[in-house]
Amino acid sequence: MPKYMLIWRTIDEDKQNAAMAEIPFEQMLEKMGQLNDELIKSGVLLAMEGLDPEEHTVVTYADAAEPPVVTDGPYGETKELFGGFYLISVASKEEAVEWAKRLSYFPGSAVEIRRVPTIDEFPQDNPWIQKELDWRTKNGQL
Amino acid sequence: MQDATRAVEAIWRIESARIVGALARYTGDFALAEDAAQEALAEALVAWPRDGQPANPVGWLMTTAKRRAIDTIRRAGVQREKYEAIAHDQDEAYDDELDIERIDDDVLALMFVSCHPVLSKEARVALTLRVVGGLSSEEIARAFLVPVPTIQARITRAKKTIAAAKVPFEVPSPDERRQRLAGVLNVLYLIFTEGSTATSGEDLIRTDLAREARRLTRVLIGVLPDEPEAYGLLALMELTASRFPARTDAAGDPVLLEDQDRTRWDRGAVRRGLAALEQATPRGLGPYGLQAAIAATHAVADSVETTDWERIIVLYEALGRIAPNPIVDLNRAVAVAMAHGPLRALEIVDRIAEDKRLDHTHLLPTVRGELLRRLGRTVEARKELERAAGMCTNDRERAVLRQKVADLP
Repeated sequence: MPKYMLIWRTIDEDKQNAAMAEIPFEQMLEKMGQLNDELIKSGVLLAMEGLDPEEHTVVTYADAAEPPVVTDGPYGETKELFGGFYLISVASKEEAVEWAKRLSYFPGSAVEIRRVPTIDEFPQDNPWIQKELDWRTKNGQL
Repeated sequence: MQDATRAVEAIWRIESARIVGALARYTGDFALAEDAAQEALAEALVAWPRDGQPANPVGWLMTTAKRRAIDTIRRAGVQREKYEAIAHDQDEAYDDELDIERIDDDVLALMFVSCHPVLSKEARVALTLRVVGGLSSEEIARAFLVPVPTIQARITRAKKTIAAAKVPFEVPSPDERRQRLAGVLNVLYLIFTEGSTATSGEDLIRTDLAREARRLTRVLIGVLPDEPEAYGLLALMELTASRFPARTDAAGDPVLLEDQDRTRWDRGAVRRGLAALEQATPRGLGPYGLQAAIAATHAVADSVETTDWERIIVLYEALGRIAPNPIVDLNRAVAVAMAHGPLRALEIVDRIAEDKRLDHTHLLPTVRGELLRRLGRTVEARKELERAAGMCTNDRERAVLRQKVADLP
């Protein structure tokens, strides 16, 4: 029962800002709403969330030799900002790609298609996996 | 298979219901619409991998299907006024900005026609998967382990029956709708149960079919959001499917509920099932809602020991009253065995053994054999379990029954 996460990313901030300035907010909402409705009515949508824009972003950078570096605001090197996700249940990867194509309508954005592995694809005898299974049992999951 | 071909099929799965639905409304002829839609799909399967996908694939499919429908009408030389009118406006491009409300009605009408009572159960199932689900005859045949020509014949016959019985392409009137909806839910349930306990063959669970049944039920709810029993059915499917990951072992053999590793239950499906069950309750639970409530009682229990068996017994009693069925009584007997021991359960089983409707299934001797085993009546238990194994058509389940016989003292 393949589950896919469709991850919405900003890849060209200038292009996106220009589009945002041009397209009325109501119109964007309308487009997004129609697509969400289509996902719901096709019976494939399991979950969706959108994330705050990048002025609220804090990034921590890992470096084995140093403590993590914390930076405020937009990414420095990486331009690709994670903007939200859809979790869908579809028959094939091609179907996930087709939905991603439909969600790729906003200039400067990209949609990434990732399969969600199930917990039983990990070693079941690992104590940490068992702990996670226990947590999922008690708290639910998406 | 080529990627381009698979891409066409993916689009078809998403769009089939809306394309066939819109076309059936447009032509007023369900069979013609389905044929034309299939022709358009066949053309896409040739043209897209060769020339690349068109900029507006859905519009392409719709326009092509509409043209094929008109071609057919012309070829047949149909004189009827309605068809004449259609042929005249053929040059009008298909209105891409379809009225959303209208699409919903088209999809709903499509489901009602595919599940129409004039059709056999097998035909309803095949037609629903084909036109609403967008599955090919090959996919349906694979799912039900029957030859492709069998499915093709079923669909052809179903379309002829609909035409002969003059079934209109419309959503039934409100007073007829409740009864007809029960028929639609039954078809979705049949698809799910075939997926969740394959009646024949090597695999116990065919998840693709069970997944498709859930998707189609969500499609139904999407266009008919105020029907509690549709939510009840979805809840039942989600809660049953939540156990799939634990229902078979590494070798693919079935694991009984009491032996299942509950940490492997799909908690996302449980969550969705419980949410759907909430929506199923406003007018009291119907047959699917009650079964979902039973499944929910299992889903929230940590173990067999801590399961609220008394609640399950009461729910089975209620279910037995509104939808009398010997299988329900049999399941109630199993719950009674858990709550009050095998002897009282055996009394129930012996009472329902007289019901001829259970003669063809292995379920009765399976349960009876198990109860006798627990009571230490080994000779009788062996006889029943052997009878059950002889009647069981699923390879995996049969193997478990044979093992039970072998394990008897």
